[in-house]
Amino acid sequence: MSKLIATRVIRGANKLVARAEKSLNEALQKYGPDKKVEFPNTAYFLPISYGMLGMKITTVGELQQLLGKAKSLLHPVPAEKVWLPYLGHTLDCGMATLFADEIIEALKYLQSPLPYMVMENCPEEGNFWLGAADDVIMRKRGVEFVDGTAPGFAACVGACPSTEIAVKIARELQEKSIYVFMSAANNGTSMADQLREAGVQMGWETRLVPLGSDVTATIHALGFATRAALAFGGVKPGDFSRVLKYNKNRVFAFALAFGEVDDEKHAQAAGAINFGFPAISERDIDRILPTGVCTYEHVVSPVPVNEIVQKAIEVRGLKLHVHKIPIPVSYGPAFEGERIRGEDTYLEMGGTKTPAFEFVTTKNINEITDNKIEVIGQEITDIPAGTQIPLGIVVAVAGRQMQEDFEPVLERRLHNFLNEPQGVFHMGQRDNNWMRISKEAKEKGFKLSHLGTIIHAQFHNEFGAIVDKVQVKIYTKEADVLKNREVARQSYRKRDERIGSMTDESTETFYSCTLCQSFAPTHVCVISPERTGLCGSYNWFTCKAAYQINPRGPNQPVLKNEVVDAARGQWKGCNDFVYQASRKAIAAMSFYSIMSEPMTSCGCFECIAAVLPAANGVMTVNREFSGMTPAGMKFSTLAGTIGGGQQIPGFVGHSKRYIISKKFLLSESGLKRLVWMPKMLKDEIKELFNKRTTEEGMPNLLDMIADETVATTEEEVIAHLQKTGHPALTLAPIMG
Amino acid sequence: MSQIVKEGTNVMDDNRSVCEATIEMLRYAEAGNYDTAFQRALKVKPCPIGATGSCCKHCYMGPCRFNPKKPEESVGVCGADINTVAARNFARAVAAGTAAHSDHGREVAKTFIAAARKEVPGYEIKDEVKLKALARDFGVKTEGRSNEEIAEELGQKCLREFYKQDEELVLIKRGPEKRTQLWRELGVTPRGIDREVVELMHRTAMGVDQDYKNIMKQASRCSLSDGWGGSMIATELQDIMFGTPIPLRTQVNLGVLKKDEVNIIIHGHEPLLAEMIVRASRDPELINLAKQKGAKGINLAGMCCTGNEILLRQGVPMGGNFLQQEIAIITGAVEAMIVDVQCVMQSLPSLAKCFHTKIITTSSKAKIPSAEHIEFHEHDALNISKKIVRAAVENYHNRGKVHIPDNKTDLIAGFSHETINYMLGGSFRASYRPLNDNIINGRIRGVVGVVGCNNPRTPHDRSHLSLVRELIANDILVVETGCAAIACAKDGLLIPEAATAAGKGLREVCETVGIPPVLHCGSCVDNSRILVACSEMVREGGLGTDISDLPVAGCAPEWMSEKAIAIGQYFVSSGALVVFGVTWPTSGSEALTNHLFKEYENIFKGRWAFEPDAAKMASLIIDHINKKREALGIQKTKERVLYDMEARRTLEV
Repeated sequence: MSKLIATRVIRGANKLVARAEKSLNEALQKYGPDKKVEFPNTAYFLPISYGMLGMKITTVGELQQLLGKAKSLLHPVPAEKVWLPYLGHTLDCGMATLFADEIIEALKYLQSPLPYMVMENCPEEGNFWLGAADDVIMRKRGVEFVDGTAPGFAACVGACPSTEIAVKIARELQEKSIYVFMSAANNGTSMADQLREAGVQMGWETRLVPLGSDVTATIHALGFATRAALAFGGVKPGDFSRVLKYNKNRVFAFALAFGEVDDEKHAQAAGAINFGFPAISERDIDRILPTGVCTYEHVVSPVPVNEIVQKAIEVRGLKLHVHKIPIPVSYGPAFEGERIRGEDTYLEMGGTKTPAFEFVTTKNINEITDNKIEVIGQEITDIPAGTQIPLGIVVAVAGRQMQEDFEPVLERRLHNFLNEPQGVFHMGQRDNNWMRISKEAKEKGFKLSHLGTIIHAQFHNEFGAIVDKVQVKIYTKEADVLKNREVARQSYRKRDERIGSMTDESTETFYSCTLCQSFAPTHVCVISPERTGLCGSYNWFTCKAAYQINPRGPNQPVLKNEVVDAARGQWKGCNDFVYQASRKAIAAMSFYSIMSEPMTSCGCFECIAAVLPAANGVMTVNREFSGMTPAGMKFSTLAGTIGGGQQIPGFVGHSKRYIISKKFLLSESGLKRLVWMPKMLKDEIKELFNKRTTEEGMPNLLDMIADETVATTEEEVIAHLQKTGHPALTLAPIMG
Repeated sequence: MSQIVKEGTNVMDDNRSVCEATIEMLRYAEAGNYDTAFQRALKVKPCPIGATGSCCKHCYMGPCRFNPKKPEESVGVCGADINTVAARNFARAVAAGTAAHSDHGREVAKTFIAAARKEVPGYEIKDEVKLKALARDFGVKTEGRSNEEIAEELGQKCLREFYKQDEELVLIKRGPEKRTQLWRELGVTPRGIDREVVELMHRTAMGVDQDYKNIMKQASRCSLSDGWGGSMIATELQDIMFGTPIPLRTQVNLGVLKKDEVNIIIHGHEPLLAEMIVRASRDPELINLAKQKGAKGINLAGMCCTGNEILLRQGVPMGGNFLQQEIAIITGAVEAMIVDVQCVMQSLPSLAKCFHTKIITTSSKAKIPSAEHIEFHEHDALNISKKIVRAAVENYHNRGKVHIPDNKTDLIAGFSHETINYMLGGSFRASYRPLNDNIINGRIRGVVGVVGCNNPRTPHDRSHLSLVRELIANDILVVETGCAAIACAKDGLLIPEAATAAGKGLREVCETVGIPPVLHCGSCVDNSRILVACSEMVREGGLGTDISDLPVAGCAPEWMSEKAIAIGQYFVSSGALVVFGVTWPTSGSEALTNHLFKEYENIFKGRWAFEPDAAKMASLIIDHINKKREALGIQKTKERVLYDMEARRTLEV
């Protein structure tokens, strides 16, 4: 029975290890042992061998030890009669397969031309295989696994019975927000080829990720999973048992096998089972139903393709909260990243083209009617294709728990809600929003009134605890838009004043955020008005609202109580809370210091600040910057060093917004310490930064701060500081 | 006692055994007029007073015998009542059993220390991982030290377990915390192993402890010093020196003897000499000598627990179990039977005189007058072993008429705790999780240890087989040691194909893992592996917090040795139900029997039971397991739990 599966796995593993040995010998011949091997822009080396064995492989020669390890895990196929126990052997052969895969895939990055596109999204033409995700993608997407936006991933191996089925399965998984990792082929065709043929947009943004056409490319899915454990789970490299347990209990992934499942694909499945990821096949490849290594069944087959997604979810033990919204197109975060090109656009609103705005306002419960959605002006059906029209979206909400303070929190979510229908694009917020509706969506019957339907449904779904009624008005006449925009603008101003005037001293209550504890068990964020969460997406108001919405959720009020140290930003109440919530791992935490008991980091940080001792200052680098920093480490390496809930003096993760807070590293003299940041980050925060430094009497500080165009080493930073007369040079020693 | 063989039953009655080879050889023995235990059992009637535990011979005012019909009406000369007397007899069996296992453990520890000092050529540290793991248990530093340094300190600390006085035994911490706490509360936590045996002997002497419950308390403490002490030390150190068993394939039953090779049977209980005999038998010079003598080679076969030791670690085929030792000689094909200690019948040399077989005793502790004695010293182990093998080879030409039954069966053995851990998850996911999960989901109803001896008072192997077949058919995974394992192996229950005889759920699990439904865990000291396995099931979670919560039981359907009583007592004291067949040695005392069968449930949450009928024994055990499942709330199938993010956060990573 499952002896058949064991036999095929073991045979497949033996073949793949032999193939890895052949590739490695050829590479040794061709390049020599000292040739560098790496996956692009990652601090996790070759992630499987690093995560499982703690090996830091950087050269072709070093791959030999990995090959040795793979060989040591191989076993002969079970005897025909009186066989020895084979499950342990099968799982070991699965792991040997992953090691072999990693050798083969690492060597592919030495090929010219490179078989993979090193980018986040697939180009519209030509090669679309993306291979290994770099750390920027891994961290950005990892966050979605943290907060549950991505409930898991499906490693789809082989080609579906038809292109139509491939598209249907991809859409079904997208609607459930499950990432689709595609690899391997049947007769030269893979599921990704089928999606390309159907013109489906692929890449990390749409959650349809083509890894590689080779069966060995499946390793990039498991490499991603391994890095998630290391980056967010605080698991030490080489602690294989925790890497795998973390994946079994946190990353809810599974494998879907389409078409014929050969020995090599069987071997991949056994590798995945080590992670607790079961395999479901449409063909009859036998079954392994008893539970234990996976949460439930290990191999289930045959399952008809129209039931396969549902079955896989059940087998993996995955519970999804999908609220079906009554609109004629698919809906889900996977469609957020969809592009709508100009020629595909039916209707365009806002941007720089027409006036537009979106606005959430609180009303008395008697003033509005729930689910009343009005389009005031022309509907899409009245308008010809390729038109640009003004757009005003006014959402009136009412509820006994609703407060004016929550308006921006709700309003900020409009972007996600309106970007998630398939064929609808949304960008920006407030009065600089921009929308497109595609011709395809229009054809399927999507109307402007559906924007209201979505807002109504999602506000009730996500804010049900505070919102009782939701009424939506959509204006498309220019005069109406302009008039109502003025009303909205008055509100925007009032809110900015209120939030801008809030200081840490003005409240007795901060809010915790332990959302990431699912991934980083000892990490605790405490969010104050002047220090937003390090991920950039949770500020004090968001947390306050979140607490109201879910009083037992991850955002809890934290009473400051007495001040322990005002300059470093330590309060007794916060320290006590952090001590308990970190499971007694962290005793104290400074809000405003990088040197003394800095805040811990989960792994979701927008930026990492690091002390440059010789320059007597601090650098900070944003996640998107992949170059070298003067700290001698790239962002990814820094992130690997400080993530996972550790407290490391001299390093701290933070949001972009915190840079322009008056409390930025207050204990170390604030912005005067900032000596280096990437140019792209400078450009992004320029306006607010200059406003802050002008208030402080240093209008030119931004220019005195080095960036990669002038300095990538600490010596070069110092030279730049001396040249520009940066104030850091005159401050007391930071390492004092 | 329906299955006890009635006096006067003819040897030709095939009801004496269910083992075909044994039946065939008994007929052959009858024809040749060779005496065996089967026949003697007919001639020697069990003493009716002793059988019920009602004879007191601990002083010479007596011996006093109690009327089994009216025990409560009689007292001994000293005034001792039947309860005291039965408890003394039972407790002294515990002391004897503990002494046997523990003296074995002591010898192993001494050899281990000598091996660490490189004083005993041929002995070495084979399992470094286990060495370090055990060192951690004993608080021996491992970092920056050679294996030999670690081993020497570890060996000394193990040896100290025998003679220390007041501290608790180190390895009891392997048990669930709740259990070790209960022992402390009850005052039965074992201290030095020797001390517990000595104290039990003292307390059961004339005029000392005369409260049967108090005697049984010390019996528990003594037995625990066996299971969690002497036996466990023996198992662990043997694994480190000779290798932790891993699954292997070999064969069992008299058919493993070869017509054209020098046959050597190794019989008894310890692996120290046997391991060296295995090496000597592979010595090219001796093989050449065998060929010169006209044999095709040298063939080793095991018997009883020495056989199990080298079967598990070296794959040496097994000649048979306890009641086959004489029959093996009657084949006429055995050049030498080498014996060490325990379960060796004194009848062997006189029976061997009818053939060319040499009976060679090797232990200074165990001599038989008419046997050849070649004393074994670990310091010169290989040379002595070669001498013994040579003696066998040189005896080949004396061989006369040979009658070897054809029967031999394949088996898979080697299910140590480490193997079970590995086979359920491989190197990277090794754990008991799949076992616990499948117990929880009901594919496996429970786990039962079927252990113990053969006893000619009940048909040889029959109870073992019918009980085990019934258990596996009811989805109960069976783990075995000793002669019970050999009985089932002969019947083909120890091969993975036997899963077809299991219930649907157990069969599915067997097919997933590739295992037989009956797992051979080793010799009788290796019952300690079952204690470790039970503790690991508790630790893995989902099946309660103590061994007594687990849906498990132990039984010895064909027991005969005092060692079985010691084993049973430590399992009961560890929280298990233990059922014995054949006969019950305290039946003279209603109060004591009630104490062991009923009151123990409230004290140890484990108890003794007696049931000679295998079918009834099976249903008693199944009922017990069902009750445990009920208490755990796993008797009913639960709906599948699906996890959203919030639920996942509650899972351990």
